[in-house]
Amino acid sequence: MDTFVIAGKSYSSRLLLGTGKYKDFAETRMAVDASGAQIITVAIRRTNIGQNSGEPNLLDVLPPSQFTLLPNTAGCYTAADAVRTLRLARELLDGHALVKLEVLGDQKTLFPDVIATIDAAKILVKEGFQVMVYTSDDPIVARQLEDIGCAAIMPLASLIGSGMGILNPWNLQIILDKIKVPVIVDAGVGTASDAAIAMELGCDGVLMNTAVANARNPVLMASAMRKAIEAGREAWLAGRMPKKIYQATPSSPSEGMITQSPHSAANN
Amino acid sequence: MQLIINGQQQSYNGPINVQQLVEHLSLQNKRIAIERNGEIIPRSSFSEQLLNEGDQLEIIVAVGGG
Repeated sequence: MDTFVIAGKSYSSRLLLGTGKYKDFAETRMAVDASGAQIITVAIRRTNIGQNSGEPNLLDVLPPSQFTLLPNTAGCYTAADAVRTLRLARELLDGHALVKLEVLGDQKTLFPDVIATIDAAKILVKEGFQVMVYTSDDPIVARQLEDIGCAAIMPLASLIGSGMGILNPWNLQIILDKIKVPVIVDAGVGTASDAAIAMELGCDGVLMNTAVANARNPVLMASAMRKAIEAGREAWLAGRMPKKIYQATPSSPSEGMITQSPHSAANN
Repeated sequence: MQLIINGQQQSYNGPINVQQLVEHLSLQNKRIAIERNGEIIPRSSFSEQLLNEGDQLEIIVAVGGG
């Protein structure tokens, strides 16, 4: 079976799904189930105090016994905030060490601050975290993050939540050529074909949230993404034919035609 | 006794430990984690940790996110 391994655990699904922006927890759960995702991202936030004591909890809907939860540092703009958030997440999830690190550099674009990301990654790896790291599609930064000991490199395809698809497949190709740990496209996928393209490039997986949650029918889009990732993966494994501009070759036999070809007809 | 919990000032008749605070906030059966003055308090030691005047607490949960 075609599985991939992150931090020593093997997974059959290569779709990693975020849990933000759904209508309610019921829709979140249905989308997760339709996607087949085994790794689910969650954010860490202050709880309401003094009110809403009966409020449902995301971890009751997506229990850690059924899914690999990947706490993130969304909204953190400094290495210190990201590290602090993930220490709390580890306590919340009973010592769970697999995390998604992102340190943002700009509120308008949500581009990563790669220097702060590297600083945070060094601390977290030293503290025993298994770090899946959101980064730009810069191959040198990707290599540095791998050298630090990150468990997976997760370059953006385009801006978080933009749905613009894979804007620079060439950089992703260079990253894929160099990096030995899993490479997962994180951010920018808009529809099923974008996810398929990421997988056809040879990525190990795709992490997405908005493309599913903001679809008109999130559960159906989750299902479409599952198929796209499986199709893209199989196409990668199968090995596509080379592209041949101006080298048309018929798929059917040239012999035994009942009519002459235009070329020989013109010569007669 | 004044505590700052998730950025809000709260008054309590001390002394109170972390476990008692958690129960007071009806969070005893919730999946939470707590940090006091920047240090994580392990869940196993909630009832041993006595709170002090001016302590700053962060009580967090997992929410939907990408």
